[in-house]
Amino acid sequence: MDFSLIFSQIINGLQTGSVYALVALGYSMVYGIILLLNFAHGDIIMVGAYTAFYAITSFHLHPLLSVVLAVAVSTVLGVVIEKVAYTPLRSAPRLSLLITAIGISFLLENGAQLLFGADTKSMDTIVTGNMMLFGTSVSYAALLTIVVSIAAMVVLTFLVQKTKLGKAMRAVSEDMGAAQLMGISLNKTISFTFAVGSALAGIGSILYLCAYPQASPTMGSMLGLKAFVAAVLGGIGSIPGAMIGGFVIGLLEAMVSAAGLSVWKDGAVFAILIVVLLVKPTGILGRQITEKV
Amino acid sequence: MAVLKVEDIHVYYGSIHAVKGVSFEVNEGEIVTLIGANGAGKSTVLNTISGLLHPRTGSVQFMEQDLKGVAPHKVVERGLAQVPEGRRIFLQMSVEENLEMGAYTQPKTSFDADIADVYRRFPRLEERRRQTAGTLSGGEQQMLAMGRALMSHPKLLMLDEPSMGLAPILVEQIFSIIKELHASGTTILLVEQNAQAALSVADRAYVLETGRISLSGTGAELMASDQVRKAYLGG
Repeated sequence: MDFSLIFSQIINGLQTGSVYALVALGYSMVYGIILLLNFAHGDIIMVGAYTAFYAITSFHLHPLLSVVLAVAVSTVLGVVIEKVAYTPLRSAPRLSLLITAIGISFLLENGAQLLFGADTKSMDTIVTGNMMLFGTSVSYAALLTIVVSIAAMVVLTFLVQKTKLGKAMRAVSEDMGAAQLMGISLNKTISFTFAVGSALAGIGSILYLCAYPQASPTMGSMLGLKAFVAAVLGGIGSIPGAMIGGFVIGLLEAMVSAAGLSVWKDGAVFAILIVVLLVKPTGILGRQITEKV
Repeated sequence: MAVLKVEDIHVYYGSIHAVKGVSFEVNEGEIVTLIGANGAGKSTVLNTISGLLHPRTGSVQFMEQDLKGVAPHKVVERGLAQVPEGRRIFLQMSVEENLEMGAYTQPKTSFDADIADVYRRFPRLEERRRQTAGTLSGGEQQMLAMGRALMSHPKLLMLDEPSMGLAPILVEQIFSIIKELHASGTTILLVEQNAQAALSVADRAYVLETGRISLSGTGAELMASDQVRKAYLGG
């Protein structure tokens, strides 16, 4: 293999990896705060993608405005799901919460099928063109995806490390009871977490559209599952872990494809999940979750 | 004036009747202690006052206002802080961030003065302000938990077993800090298994046994009581 091929595969891997990382962050943040694997998270991407799709194709909005709209719709949807479906179950067993999340996922997928039809909607590529980088042709879409997702992660890190709400989020995820004793509002902090996670999913949906300009009702489920694997690989609950996990999964897929085994791509990702769960269930950066009495 | 008035509260965990009609009050400027064995319901009482648990019947009044239905974070805003059992500081956050969390309900403007005050009281915390709280020793963690609670300017400070798991010399240190806080005008409700230490600082005390108050009086009275001596002070 020559350098150019390897380089373009790395770029491909980073491009898909960026999307996985953004989605994995949402999984991880929500898990970190209420110990829920939010299986409806992938479907938020689908709603974001449809929003952008219709905004651009039917309403002919400016792409940037469509992006803002898609992110806004995803954010609101995430918060509404949390308020309507998860808040009433806050003191219920965790399994009830998990089943509810799966139910919401079905609701969104089937609702989208009812509203938009089961067929895949295709559109023109949003970002076109290529540039030469180290003698290799690299698409602007790939570069944009990588840059935007890294920027989003930097902003997120700042938000979580430095702002008052971000610190409250870390406090709640470490000890919900003690956080309340500090005067931190659980409802506000949890809603904020869902809002941020869903906004990242919204950004992810746009970047996904840059790579694959189409929307379908079930597009979120495979993407969501792979991002989930990324979150587990990085250590569920860990923000840097989700970023690392996303990029590793993306690069792995690109390498498997480059080796001519692209039909095995999905299999390789899920094999990772099995291996991680067997060998190091806490993932690369995950912390040991100790049961609190 | 009664800062805190607990009236005949009954608290259940599912079908387990943990607190069976407890009443007591804390007046302004007092140290009141609630002593009792493991499982007597001491922490349950504190968590009910803080709003983390809800009494099935009975009431909790703070500054002459009923706390029924008030969310735990709102209770803190009203000036009631709890240093929970086992300290429960945020181990993955820095010492300073823990103190920031303690000041969550306070305006930004008073933060610098408040944190300086905590550092003056607990110089060890200032030395370690950038360190992750999980790296602190048990005694330092207790100081952080107390400092964190003080950041919210509590009208009533509730301490749940501050001596738990600490070496005798540190227990002494923690109790001298409690006395200092009291001397500077803080009203304190102290829950302890270490009856000796608690009674020696308390103005008044209540003995909690399997969910009921079995005895009450001044610290000195209880210290002299045969029943208390036999059960809690080792004869």
